[in-house]
Amino acid sequence: MIQEILIDLFGNEIVAFIISAALPLVFIVPFVIFAVWLERKVSAHMQDRLGPMRVGWHGVLQTVADFIKLVQKEDIIAADADKKMFILAPIMVFAGSYAAYAAFPFSSAYIGSGVDVGIFFVIAISSVVVAGLLMAGWASNNKYSLYGAMRSAAQIVSYEIPTALVILSIVMVTGTLSLAEMSELQAGGFWNWQIFGGAETGLVKILLIPFMIIAFIIFYISSLAEVNRTPFDMPEAESELVSGYHTEYSGMKFSIFFLAEYANMFAVSAIAAILFFGGYQSPFGYIGDLLGIDWLVPFEQLFWFAMKGLFFVFVQMWLRWTLPRVRVDQLMTICWKYLIPYAFVNLIIIGLITLI
Amino acid sequence: MLTEFGKIFIFILVAILFVLIAFVMAKLVRPSRPTYEKSTIYECGEEPIGSPWVQFNIRFYVVALIFLIFDVEIVLLFPWALSYQDYGFYGFAVGIIFLVVLGIGMAYEWRKGDLEWARPKIQVPVLNNLIKRSEVKSES
Repeated sequence: MIQEILIDLFGNEIVAFIISAALPLVFIVPFVIFAVWLERKVSAHMQDRLGPMRVGWHGVLQTVADFIKLVQKEDIIAADADKKMFILAPIMVFAGSYAAYAAFPFSSAYIGSGVDVGIFFVIAISSVVVAGLLMAGWASNNKYSLYGAMRSAAQIVSYEIPTALVILSIVMVTGTLSLAEMSELQAGGFWNWQIFGGAETGLVKILLIPFMIIAFIIFYISSLAEVNRTPFDMPEAESELVSGYHTEYSGMKFSIFFLAEYANMFAVSAIAAILFFGGYQSPFGYIGDLLGIDWLVPFEQLFWFAMKGLFFVFVQMWLRWTLPRVRVDQLMTICWKYLIPYAFVNLIIIGLITLI
Repeated sequence: MLTEFGKIFIFILVAILFVLIAFVMAKLVRPSRPTYEKSTIYECGEEPIGSPWVQFNIRFYVVALIFLIFDVEIVLLFPWALSYQDYGFYGFAVGIIFLVVLGIGMAYEWRKGDLEWARPKIQVPVLNNLIKRSEVKSES
């Protein structure tokens, strides 16, 4: 809908689509500024501290100040580093995580690209990030960077399998790969959300609920590992690897890595929201429908989408200060010996239920 | 008319452009005064020893191989998941046979120990020179 308005406005398709493609950026950059501040505030309050307080009201502008500082920082490239790959790596990481936003339905009025294979595309494109991380680690010519990159590659790659298996079981229920269609299927209040069995009725719905909850838990654990968050933050374990694959990076290149990391955090939270919690659908109904104002509904949907995403981002931060980091061998054990077999069995059971 | 994948291509271009603009903007503002110390590799303040481009644990390779098998399997299962309901129980059984074969493969890997990662040995601290309480008391 927004794309049609833009085409009308500019009269040129390419210009309209470029602006439409830049819209998620308008969402991501403020989100990252807010999320970095929130992360520091949440961690501070969980440790009984105050956190940033000086810049703006309760330090809300702290990240802006940090960003201004980072722009002015000297950009050091080590003499022994592989310069071309070193510069290419942040571009690749950011492009990979940003392209995933193309398939997200932010509201019923805006979706970057209505590809039929939505969720499949998201899984595929987020693997580009792994290549970017490996490039960063390898090009840095630094032991910590390379260790961090190898670990994160092994981790992201391993945890992609339980994620994909859970997504597969959702696809079996919904019968569509498009994220916009999945959100549409879950319309009409929270009882129609996928975690409560979706739009199915009767016995199937009741039987699906426990397995959907298991699927969600598996998905959330593996999505935590995919974005390298605690308790799976082995790749950037501060106490052993300095900061992992971006140890050598400074200034703007570092902030692009940071941006991509937070963009990824929101991306996985948004996928969790779309798959299980109705995407942009409101849990109760819309004020716009109540008052008869049509244009208000898409904005409300954007609000619900952002709120659901933010809630899961908050849970990620919460877990960071609750759980200790796992060891590498435990990390692999959790993935290969627990999550994947559980996800397999869950997939088969959900398949059987849908046959009823 | 752009196809839907064309729109995704524009997304990727916008992302690359955004990063490049950010780099150029930073280049205009930031100072650049490289010295020898700055351009050495960071190793917690020490002089870097040797090259990091060394042999790596074979485990990473094994994990990548196992991942490859499973990933291809998942790619094959996506079309099945979309269409098995049209064929009823028969369609489901076909997919399950495929899954079971893979499950046997996974069981084999598990049994062979390919899923094990090197574990740290737990070393219980041993106290050799226990000072007896009575000795401490008598000395004081």
